Order: sequence, then structure tokens, then C-alpha cells
Amino acid sequence: MRYRTALSVVRGAGAAKDGTRHWWAQRLTAIALVPLGVGFVVMMIALLGADYDGARAAFAHPVAAALWILFTVALFHHAQLGLQVIVEDYVHSLGLKVAGIIAVKFAAMALGAACIVSIIRVSAGS
Amino acid sequence: MSTTGRPLSPHIQIYKPQITSVLSILHRVTGGFLCLGAVVFAWWVITLSLGPEPFAVVRSALGSWIGRLLLFAWTFSFFFHLCNGIRHLFWDAGIGFELRTAHASGKAVVAASIAMTIAAFGLAYAM
Repeated sequence: MRYRTALSVVRGAGAAKDGTRHWWAQRLTAIALVPLGVGFVVMMIALLGADYDGARAAFAHPVAAALWILFTVALFHHAQLGLQVIVEDYVHSLGLKVAGIIAVKFAAMALGAACIVSIIRVSAGS
Repeated sequence: MSTTGRPLSPHIQIYKPQITSVLSILHRVTGGFLCLGAVVFAWWVITLSLGPEPFAVVRSALGSWIGRLLLFAWTFSFFFHLCNGIRHLFWDAGIGFELRTAHASGKAVVAASIAMTIAAFGLAYAM
């Protein structure tokens, strides 16, 4: 008699044992970045001639600020997932690999946090 | 990259580049290059909340000839990564793996990327 659930038998199977969450998150952020990324390029072209106040005005409306934040989150999450794979593929020493993955994730989170705070501050008008 | 010190068969020097393999590595290279662009985007956004002087520094840096060159490279990288990324999403759904389809979609991705880059830069210079 087997005392294990079917799920527990299947978990960790396969050579890599892990990666579905990474795979799905990469696809989800990619889909989000299709409209958000194109919107970003359009905004940057529109803001080419803008001075300081003109650029800030692009963040004023709360819906605009929300979209900028969504773009930022999707961008940095997608970026760190991709960079993680690059580190895994090209860094062969285990210690450097782990350090590299941690550095990539922390840098993405730090930059993302700084961007979100800045967007909120600019939108609120400070 | 042989960590054991034993000889490796040549592969990159021997195998003829295909549109499939070249676009694959280009997808990774443009992705990595766009990460640098993400850092510059962060710098731009953060200066907007710091004040007009830091923002002016970013603006003049991006407006310099090297800034414009980088922006051109980032624009092409973005459109290529976008179009090839959509090609990847079709593959994730199981569509387009036949060799002729993959070759055709690859050529379409390159053409679309170039066209979109020219359109974006044309629009930018017209503004």
C-alpha cells in the first residue's frame, strides 16, 4: 500500500526538479510587457521635448501612475528572471553562481523599489 | 569553458549559423542589453523625483551623440526582443515548430524589428 499522495510522488521529478514557477512568471510578465512596453516607448517618444515639469506631468493622473508602476514591476521581475537564467548558464562555480543570482535579484528589487517610490512621489506632486 | 582540462570538440567554430540559433542568442543578448536600459530608466525616473538639476543631467546625457546611439540600440533591442518574444509565446503554445514556419517567423521578426525601430526613430526626430 502506498502512503504517499500522487502530488508528493510527482513533486521534484525531472532533471531540474524545479522551474515551473519561473517559467510561468517569465511568460506572465512577458505578456504584460507587450502592451506596457509598447506604451512605455510611445510615452518616451512623446516626452522627448518635455522639460522637468512636462515630464512630471505624465505621472500626475493616478491611472497613469498605476500603469507606470505596473510597467516597472513587470520590467524588473522579467529582467531578474532572465538574468537569473544567464547566471545559471554561464557561471560555473557554485559559490559565484549563487552570489550572482542573489545580486541580480537584490539589484532588481532595489531599483524597482526606488522607481516605485519615485513614481508615487512625482504623481503626488512632491 | 572546459573545467576538467580535457579537450573539447569545436562547435561554435564549426557549426554553420542558422537563423534559428542566431535569433536565439540575439534574444538573450538583447534581453541582457535591455537590463542595462532598465537601469537607465530607473535613473531617469528617480531624477524626476529628485529635482530639475539631476533631471537635466540625465536629459543631456541621453541627448548627447553617445546617448542617442545607445537609445537607438535600446530601441532596436526592445523591438527585436518584443517580436521574438511573441514568437516564443507561440512556441510555448505549441505553434510554429515546423522548420519552414520557424524560418519564416524568424525572418518576419527581423523585418518587423527593423521597421518598428525606423518608425520609432523617425517619429522621435519628427517631434
